[in-house]
Amino acid sequence: MTIKDLRTELRKHIRDYGMFIALFFIFVIFSITTDGVFVSSRNISNLLNQTGYIAVIAVGMTLIIVIRHIDLSVGFLSGFLGAVAAIALVYWNLPVVVVIPLILLLGVVAGLITGYPVANLGIPAFVASLAGWLIYRGALLLVTLNTGTIVIPNAAFNAIGNGFIPDLLASDWLLPNSHKLTLLLGILTIVWYVISALSSRRSKQEYNFEVLPTDLFILQLVFVSALIGVVTWVLAGYNGMSWTLVIVLLVVAVYSFVTNRTVLGRHIYAVGGNPEAAELSGISVRKITFVVFGSMGMLSALSGILFASRLQSATTTAGTLLELDAIAAAYIGGVSAAGGVGSVVGSLVGAIVYTSLTSGMNLMGIDISSQYIVRGAVLAMAVIFDVTTRKIGSK
Amino acid sequence: MSDSHILEMRQITKTFPGVKALDNVTFSVKPGEIHCLVGENGAGKSTLMKVLSGVYPYGEYTGDIMFDSALQQFRRISDSERAGIAIIYQELALVPEMTVYENIFLGNEIGGGILVDWNETIKRAAAMLDKVGLDVNPEAKIRDLGVGKQQLVEIAKALSRDVKLLILDEPTAALNENDCDNLLELIQDLKRHGVTSIMISHKLKEVIRIADTVTVLRDGQTICTLDAHKGEVSESVLIKHMVGREIENIYPGREHQIADETVLEVSGWDAREAQSGKQVLKDVAFNVRRGEIVGIAGLMGSGRTELARSIFGNPDRYELSGELRINGESYSLDHPGQAISVGVAYVSEDRKRNGLILIQDVKDNIVLANLRAIAARGVLDENAEVKVAREYRQALNIKTPTVEQQVNKLSGGNQQKVSLAKWLFVEPNVLILDEPTRGIDVGAKYEIYTIMNRLVSEGMSILMISSELPEVLGMSDRVYVVASGRITGELDIADATQEKIMEMATN
Ligand SMILES: Nc1ncnc2c1ncn2[C@@H]1O[C@H](COP(=O)(O)OP(=O)(O)OP(=O)(O)O)[C@@H](O)[C@H]1O
Ligand SMILES: [Mg+2]
Repeated sequence: MTIKDLRTELRKHIRDYGMFIALFFIFVIFSITTDGVFVSSRNISNLLNQTGYIAVIAVGMTLIIVIRHIDLSVGFLSGFLGAVAAIALVYWNLPVVVVIPLILLLGVVAGLITGYPVANLGIPAFVASLAGWLIYRGALLLVTLNTGTIVIPNAAFNAIGNGFIPDLLASDWLLPNSHKLTLLLGILTIVWYVISALSSRRSKQEYNFEVLPTDLFILQLVFVSALIGVVTWVLAGYNGMSWTLVIVLLVVAVYSFVTNRTVLGRHIYAVGGNPEAAELSGISVRKITFVVFGSMGMLSALSGILFASRLQSATTTAGTLLELDAIAAAYIGGVSAAGGVGSVVGSLVGAIVYTSLTSGMNLMGIDISSQYIVRGAVLAMAVIFDVTTRKIGSK
Repeated sequence: MSDSHILEMRQITKTFPGVKALDNVTFSVKPGEIHCLVGENGAGKSTLMKVLSGVYPYGEYTGDIMFDSALQQFRRISDSERAGIAIIYQELALVPEMTVYENIFLGNEIGGGILVDWNETIKRAAAMLDKVGLDVNPEAKIRDLGVGKQQLVEIAKALSRDVKLLILDEPTAALNENDCDNLLELIQDLKRHGVTSIMISHKLKEVIRIADTVTVLRDGQTICTLDAHKGEVSESVLIKHMVGREIENIYPGREHQIADETVLEVSGWDAREAQSGKQVLKDVAFNVRRGEIVGIAGLMGSGRTELARSIFGNPDRYELSGELRINGESYSLDHPGQAISVGVAYVSEDRKRNGLILIQDVKDNIVLANLRAIAARGVLDENAEVKVAREYRQALNIKTPTVEQQVNKLSGGNQQKVSLAKWLFVEPNVLILDEPTRGIDVGAKYEIYTIMNRLVSEGMSILMISSELPEVLGMSDRVYVVASGRITGELDIADATQEKIMEMATN
C-alpha cells in the first residue's frame, strides 16, 4: 500500500469521513482544554445520553430534508407528547408498556396530520409545520396549565433516560471496574462487523466488482474495530451502556438499513433527487411524503419520551428549540437542502458534534452567549465544507 | 499563429476522474465561417466548448487557446463573454418564470448602475427579437413559449452582447422541422453579418446544409477537419470518421411479424386540464398490435406527449374520459405505478427534468422503475443491481467509467441511453418512446433501432413519438398523425410519405 492510495481513497470519500475527522478534532481540543475531563468515561456516557433525544429527531429530520421538506413542529410536538406520557402515567395510572406504544402511535398520527396538507394539497411544509409549531406549543401549555411541571415517579419509565443495562456478568475477579456485558456486546459487534465486511467483500469479488485494495481494506477493518473497541471500553469504565444509547443505536441501525438497503429507502431518495422523475417511475410521491412525515412524528414522540424520562418530569418548556437543534445536527451531518442527499449515520454524528460542543464548553465554563456563537460558527463551517467538497467531487 | 484563424485551440487535454474527455485536441476556426463539430456521444464536443467558454477555467485543462489574435486564459464564463464568445448550451438556460426581455438582458442589465432602465430594455429586446426573426411579445413569460421560440430567445440573448463567435451545442435537437429551418437560416444570416458560428449537431443533414467546415471528434481526439467547399463532406464520410466504420443503412431492416392481437387500444379519449378546463386531447382513438411499431408524428406542442402521459397513469391529473384497453381489458390508471404494473412503460422526452435522477449514479437510475426485480421482501440485492446495470451498460454501449458514475457526469447522449435502459429493465408489453433518439449519435441510433426491432420481434409493442420524419418513416409499421390534440390521420407505412404526414400535421 502506498500513502498515495490512502490519500486518493480518503479524498474520494472525504464527505463520508469529514464529520468523523471533525468530531475527532473536537474531542482532542476539549480533552486538552478540560485536562482530560471531557473524555472521562463519566462525561462521555453523559454526553451520549444528552445526544439521544436530539439524535432521534435528527434522524427523522434527515429524511424530511432529503425529500425537500422541513418540519418545524417536532420540538413542541415532542414536548407535548412527553407531557401526555406523564399525564398517562401519573393521572391515568396506565402502565409503561401501554404508555410508550400509545405515545408513539400518537406521534405517527400527528406526523400524518402535518404531512396531509404537504402531500395532498401541495402546501409548503414550512407553513404547514409552522402551524403545528404554534398548535403544539399551545397544547403543551394547556395540558400543563393547572399543574405546571408534572413529576413522574415511575422508575421503569425514568430508567429509559437515566438507567443502564444491567451487568449480567458482574464478577469481582475479572476487570472489577468494568461493565462486562457492555464489553461483551462491544466484542460481539466487532466480530459481527468483521464477518459481514468479509462476506460482503467476498461476494463482491465473486461478481468481479470493484473492492478496496486488500491493505486498505484491512486498515479499514482495524480502524473501525478499534473505534468500536475504544468507545465500548470507555463506556464500560463508567456504568456501561445506557438504555438511551441502546434505543438510539437501534433507531439508527433500523433507519440506516431501511434507507440504504430497501426498496422504500430507494424510493425516498428518488423522490428527493427528482420528484417528477420518481413519480414517472411509478413511485407515489404522496405516499412517500406520508411515510416520511409519519416516521418523523413517531421519532418526535420517542424523543419526547426520552426527554421526559431524562428529566423525570414533563415541563412547560420541554422541546423548545429542539427542532432547530435537530435541523442543525442534520446539516452538520451532511444533508443537502437541494434534496436527495443525506445519511442517517451522518446526522447521528452531527448530533454528537452538536452536543459535544455544548458539553465541552460547559465543562470549560464558557458562558451561554459565546456557546451560541460557537455553535453557529460550526454549523456554518460544516455547511461550507459540505458544499465545497461536493464541488470537488463533481469536477 | 496564422492570421486566417479567429480561433485556434491547440493540444487541449482535459481529464475528469476516470475519463480523458479531451486528448490533445486541436481545433481551428476561420473568421466568418460556420464550423460544425460532430462526433459520437461522449466524444468530447461539449467539453471542448466548455473549455473554450471558461466553464472549465484556465488551469483545469492543458493547452492553448488563441482567440482574436491573443492568447486567452479564461477563468470564468464572463471572461469569455467579454472577449466576444457566446455559448448556448445543450440544456437551455433561461429562467422560465421571467419575461423574454428580462431573460435577454439577464446578467447584462441596462441602466446606469443600480437601477435597471426597463423601458430601454424592452425597446432593445424588441430589436433583438426582430434580428432573430422571432415574433413574440417581449413581455411574454418564457414558460409560455415553445422550445423553438425559447431557442431563438437564447440566441437573441447571445447577440445582445456583441458577439464575435457564437457557439451552439445541439441547438436543433429539440426543434421540429419548421423551427430547425428557421434556426439554420438565422445562423446563415448571422454569418452574412460577420458572426462566426460553431455548431454541434447529430443531425448530419443540417450539418451538410450549412457547414463551411466540419471537424470530427472521436474518443476525445480530433480525427479530421473537412472543407465543405472542396466537396469533402458527405453523410457517409462523416459517419465513417465519427464511428470508425461504415454504416450502410441508418434504419436496420426487420421482419414484420405483427400479430392480429390488439395490445393497446384507446377510444373516445378526451383530456382536459383540471384547473383551466382547457381541452388538451379530443376524441383520440388509436390502437397498437402485438409486435408492432406505431409511429406518432406531429408538430411540437400538438399534444403527442400529453397523449402519452394521459395513458401512462395520468401524472398531470387531466380530467379524462374515454376508454383505455390493455390486452383487451379496460383500465382506468391513476398513477404511473399502475401503468407500469399493467405492462406499460414511458420513456419521457425530457430526460433531465423527468427522466433521470441526475445526482444519483447510473445503476440507481437503471433499476429505479423496477426495484422489485432485484429485491426480496423489500430488501435490495446490491450485487444483482450492479450486475443488471453492467448488462445494460454493455447492451446499450453506455459510455461511462463505471456504473457508479453520477448520471449528470455523462454526456447528453449517454444520459438518454441510461433513461432507455431504465425502461427496458421494466420489461413492458407496451413501450412508449417519446423522442427516443434526441441527441443521440448515428451509431448509437442504429443500436437503439436494432434494439427496438429485437424487442418487437420478441412480442413487445412500441409506440414511438418522434419529430424526425425520416425516423418515423424508417421505423414504423403504421403512423398516426396528431394535430392540436386530435388524430388527423392514420397511414400504413407503405402509403406514408413526408409530404402526406406534414399535410396532416398542419391542417
Ligand atoms: N463533469 C464531468 N465529470 C466526469 N466526466 C465527465 C464530465 N463531463 C463530461 N464527462 C465525460 O467526458 C466525456 C465527454 O463528454 P461530452 O459531454 O463532452 O460529450 P459530447 O461529445 O458532448 O457527447 P453528446 O453528443 O452525447 O452530448 C464523456 O465520456 C463524459 O462522460
Ligand atoms: Mg454534448
